[in-house]
Amino acid sequence: MLERLSHPWHWSVAGVFIGLIVPALLIIGNKHFGISSSLRHICAACLPARIPFFHYDWKKEMWSFFFVGGILAGAVLATVFLQNPAPIEVAPTLKSDLAGYGVTHIDGLLPTDLFSFESLFTLRGFLLMVLGGFLVGFGTRYAGGCTSGHAIMGLSNLQWPSLIATISFMVGGFLMTNLLLPFILQL
Amino acid sequence: MTNSNTQNFTSTVPDTDFEVRSLDAMCMNESELVHPWWYNFKYALVGLLFGVVFIKAEIISWYRIQEMFRLESFHMYGVIGTAVAVGALSVFLIKKMKIKTIYGEAINFHAKKFNKGQIYGGLLFGFGWAMTGACPGPLFAQIGTGVLVTVVTLLSAVAGTWVYGYFRERLPH
Repeated sequence: MLERLSHPWHWSVAGVFIGLIVPALLIIGNKHFGISSSLRHICAACLPARIPFFHYDWKKEMWSFFFVGGILAGAVLATVFLQNPAPIEVAPTLKSDLAGYGVTHIDGLLPTDLFSFESLFTLRGFLLMVLGGFLVGFGTRYAGGCTSGHAIMGLSNLQWPSLIATISFMVGGFLMTNLLLPFILQL
Repeated sequence: MTNSNTQNFTSTVPDTDFEVRSLDAMCMNESELVHPWWYNFKYALVGLLFGVVFIKAEIISWYRIQEMFRLESFHMYGVIGTAVAVGALSVFLIKKMKIKTIYGEAINFHAKKFNKGQIYGGLLFGFGWAMTGACPGPLFAQIGTGVLVTVVTLLSAVAGTWVYGYFRERLPH
């Protein structure tokens, strides 16, 4: 059983599980699936300053911290107990393009040549992690949600603003990956 | 044991925070019930399952995100497409059958309003997603895989959220 679970799961299995999070959260407590708001609650709890956007009763949103804490714990469990015995499969075209940028150590879920403490102190790694992370936080709050809140919860509830947001996420991703990332990766 | 907290809460929110309901509805706790804090562990359990799926379906992998945006793999499209289909069917059934929460409360849905932030912010998030290989859920899961440097990515995302809050009145919406 564990042996079977340790191999990468098919997209349909993952999709069904993630889709079921929507009714699960609604039924166990009337919560709308959405993760990026947890980042706002962290700001509200830790450093609200005089920013009205962060002055609200974040303790009422405590469930969100438990939810993301669960995600982190689940990731640890899967990494420790369900470790994939084989190296990660990567599309050959991606692999050869990455090799051109000196990204050749392909074993874990993230390329260690890009995501490591050594890389953090290079311009390339700094941009990917610090600027990239910043854009994730800034952009999701500006858009009022992320892949879970808009693309999954919003689309499930047939909200057209969520469709616009989801299309924007995808357009942004396509532009970055195909036009800008090649410049960043060659740094 | 319904209480009046929601009412009090609404009245203490400054008027400037117009988005708490209008733009950012998913930020709100809909339940009016008050439970002991440890009731929240049920959300941790759902999160736990989500975290395992994130890892085992490699959704948090930078490679899978690159392949999605380079059209080299169907994997992520399959994951998101299936999730939306299952989610939409669930929402439909909950509305149709008027399913209640386990505490007997009616389940609420509300419309999202369009604003330009969904486009500008959406594009910026798309940039960040392609760079880090992480949307907000995977920010937490990536740390859990033991690649501890991704704590930096998460902290940057918190900083980004904070900076958005600081400038939001001056940004086009």
